[in-house]
Amino acid sequence: MIRFNGVSKHFGATRALDGFSLEVGEGLVYGLIGPNGAGKTTAMSILATLLLPDAGTATVDGLDVVREAREVRGRIGYMPDFFGVYDGLRAGEYLEFFAAAYHIPPAERQRLAKMLLELVNLPDKAGVYVDSLSRGMKQRLALARCLVHDPRVLILDEPASGLDPRARAEMKEIIRHLKHLNKTVLISSHILPELAEICDEVAIMDAGRLVACGTVAEITAVSRGARQMRVEVLDRAEELAGFLASRPGVVDAVADGPEVRFFFGGSQAEQAGLLQAITNGGWPVVEFREVRRNLEEAFMAVTGEGGEDIERG
Amino acid sequence: MKEVNPVLLKELRQRFRTPKTSWLLALYLLVIGAFVLGFMYLSWRHSPGIFQPSRSRELFIMLSVTQLVLLAFVTPGLTAGVISGERERQTLNILLATRLTPRQIVWSKLVSSSAFVVLLTVATLPLYSIVFLYGGVAPEQILAAFGFYLVTMFLFGCIGVACSSFFKRTGVSTVTAYGLAFALSAGTGFLAVFLYEMDRFQRQEAWSPAAWSSGFIAGAVEFLQNINPVFVLMKILGQDGINTGVNLGLPYWGIYTVFCLASGVLLLYWSARLLSMRKR
Repeated sequence: MIRFNGVSKHFGATRALDGFSLEVGEGLVYGLIGPNGAGKTTAMSILATLLLPDAGTATVDGLDVVREAREVRGRIGYMPDFFGVYDGLRAGEYLEFFAAAYHIPPAERQRLAKMLLELVNLPDKAGVYVDSLSRGMKQRLALARCLVHDPRVLILDEPASGLDPRARAEMKEIIRHLKHLNKTVLISSHILPELAEICDEVAIMDAGRLVACGTVAEITAVSRGARQMRVEVLDRAEELAGFLASRPGVVDAVADGPEVRFFFGGSQAEQAGLLQAITNGGWPVVEFREVRRNLEEAFMAVTGEGGEDIERG
Repeated sequence: MKEVNPVLLKELRQRFRTPKTSWLLALYLLVIGAFVLGFMYLSWRHSPGIFQPSRSRELFIMLSVTQLVLLAFVTPGLTAGVISGERERQTLNILLATRLTPRQIVWSKLVSSSAFVVLLTVATLPLYSIVFLYGGVAPEQILAAFGFYLVTMFLFGCIGVACSSFFKRTGVSTVTAYGLAFALSAGTGFLAVFLYEMDRFQRQEAWSPAAWSSGFIAGAVEFLQNINPVFVLMKILGQDGINTGVNLGLPYWGIYTVFCLASGVLLLYWSARLLSMRKR
């Protein structure tokens, strides 16, 4: 449904996107994560036909965002990271205005606005001025605006930014509902645990490039590369850290109280051999296990210094 | 029936819903009304019981010039923020991501702002009726003056919209729009007078005061005074401009109208191009 193919974009000397490629399947909720300046907003702006790429192509539903921009606009709903307010316009009028901008027939607009306000849990706000709504309500109204022309693809740039926990939960619920309506949703966020909850797949970006992509489970499992391990012993933890540092495949072995943490790049059999070596060395092992990483830790691992290069298999 | 442009409808709804609009209209009428009534009061004090038609003509000239000055202030001020304001509110990208074309957005912004300026101008008609009360001015002159205001508003409005599309900040856009409106209103007039005076000195030195020393300079002075709003308004009000003897192929009002409309359309076209470049 969405495809980036070697897209690059520069702003003067700054490289916002550098040969960025990504594919998003139909009906998926797809998370785009990365540190500030990773290129998420630039990628989304190109998809929303607001920026021209310097190189590469991007398509929505098979339509090129540069050559067929007008058709693309009819198929996407775009929500930027900041909700711009129109003074002196009521919520219902706001939606009717955008319905008109998408050439929805006048007879349908009022009913459509009412239906969308109900969808985003603002049924009693049609007559309220937009600038008097709370931030969470404005975000939900913005989401309703994205849906006025019933687009197949939604591009949501940081939709939960600045929202309180309750408003974030409401937003999450609405996005889940959109998934049931078979919308393809591309969503960026800094709140990684929440993305993990609602996204079918995620892509991690850094410095304008795709660093990792796959399901949340795939990303966090780190199918290739070093695994973080933890050994708890009854005594001589410092000595064990020194021993582990000398073993092949072990890096960054650090003792912390009775436990030693380290990264291990070997196979399952080699991992079993390592445990055997520890017990043969006389250390009384209480626990030996892999530390399961959540999305946030995976994100830090792949975007941080010396991060692993994780690709979906 | 063709539907009204949604941006235009929204802009009109927003503009005319706020009490600021009524206050601005009241203030505008107050300023012009104060000028007119003040002038009449002074005339009455000068010669009580008598009001000559020539005084009525002076009143008409004063009213018309005041109106022009106020329009030169109000029009760029209203239009210089129409696009940059959307950019500052971060609503421009949302608009551009819809099916509206940049041309539709630019045109509707101009029309909605101009509609308010037209309202301001039309609202002053009762003040013009005071001039009629005492005679001395032909109805055609008033019609010509209102036609002149319309084309002048169009050009000033287009200058504002173009500045607003080019500059990211409304403050910079407004200052530049005022600068350009001032250059058009005063700069062209000053240049015409300067060229005329320079030529006159040359003629005096050459002992041939009747003929212009250069046909090009005479043509330039004629053109400059025909695109200068103050000179054109004065000619509409029956005053003489600089006599160059040059015929540019159209009457002065024709040159002014063509200049305003053509420049305005070019500026609008450029503004729409700026929005569609997608390099923001």
